[in-house]
Amino acid sequence: MMESKIYDIVIIGSGPAGLTAGIYTTRGSASTLIIGGEIWGGQLMLTTQVENFPGFAQGIQGPKLMEEMRAQATRLGAEFKEVNAESIDITKKPFEITAGGEKYFAKSVIIATGAETVWLDAPGIKDLIGRGISSCAPCDAPFFRGKKVAVVGGGDAAMEEALVLTNYASEVTIIHRRDAFKASAAMQEKVLSNPKIKVLWNTEVMEAKGEGKLEKLILKNNQTGETSEVPFDGLFVAIGHKPQSDIFKGKIDMDERGFIKVSDGSKSSVPGIFVAGDVHDFRYKQAITAASFGCMAAMECLDFLAKSGEN
Amino acid sequence: MATSNVTDTDFQTQVIGSKTPVLVDFWATWCGPCRMAAPILEELSEEYKDKVAIVKLDVDANPVTSGKYGILSIPTTILFKGGKEIGRQVGFSGKGPFEDLMKKGL
Repeated sequence: MMESKIYDIVIIGSGPAGLTAGIYTTRGSASTLIIGGEIWGGQLMLTTQVENFPGFAQGIQGPKLMEEMRAQATRLGAEFKEVNAESIDITKKPFEITAGGEKYFAKSVIIATGAETVWLDAPGIKDLIGRGISSCAPCDAPFFRGKKVAVVGGGDAAMEEALVLTNYASEVTIIHRRDAFKASAAMQEKVLSNPKIKVLWNTEVMEAKGEGKLEKLILKNNQTGETSEVPFDGLFVAIGHKPQSDIFKGKIDMDERGFIKVSDGSKSSVPGIFVAGDVHDFRYKQAITAASFGCMAAMECLDFLAKSGEN
Repeated sequence: MATSNVTDTDFQTQVIGSKTPVLVDFWATWCGPCRMAAPILEELSEEYKDKVAIVKLDVDANPVTSGKYGILSIPTTILFKGGKEIGRQVGFSGKGPFEDLMKKGL
């Protein structure tokens, strides 16, 4: 039987955190496997122009940025597999990770699994995803040329969705359950000064209706209790993200929302397992901070390997 | 067999008139998930050569066909057999769902 390779470091996740970690670990001469997921690249794969990543004076397309980061990590020697991590056995040394039905062995692990879209929990939503309901305006906005669309949410992501949609839709309505946005001032200003965008404050989506495709939304004003039925061709959901930490439940300490707990930099509750990016960061959630956390985790991981005499 | 491109003009002959089942990938250059799906569809076109053809339709350049099939989200992949739609997959969720869809054509 062929002896299985033991990697110095296995990185789970391939957004800015995971790929930056891979760049640093390979440059630190650690054999590195990135378990990147079938849907690799993280949240930036669902964006268009990224204006706030340093080094790109004219901005850069999100997917392009991720392709470059991946190419950089693999050029430096990281192995990259487009498979999903299914489970991890932290009781074994080396750690044993099952991904895409295969087992991989690692002296240390960096968890950089990021966060995924939270869908609205209302009747009709799930059935109409891809049939008028979307979480990716950059992907789907062109199909709503001259149509009436809604965006639900109040953060930067919702503002971006709304702005992208104004290039195509005839009218964009932002539905927000509070009376103010939490988006950055710059994004709010762009949105509020755009004549194509209107805002329904203190409003919640109660139900999505349509035969085969979205036709209307049932909305409720949470101040007056008044409900209304409003025709829409599209609904873009941008109410937030939740950490993708399910496979680590019961093995690694996390808070009640599923964010992995870190201490002393990027250490998890298990020695030899480090954490980077949106799977623990509920505060900054930026591509550049995720990349920085990836760098930190990589350096601590290399330090751990050196100290344990394993590298 | 690699994937090939199909347009509004030759959709009828390439897809509707095809003797073998055809999986049509509705995509666009600016769509991140479409770019992720591309190498996987290439892989599947090799694995299923002669059994199911895979063709790509750029929705920007071919609005008639995208409109006709009610594409509202990309990537959307539709399997045609004997000129009829027999299944579709909206979005990219890895290789499995594409393969499940292609198996319906066998």
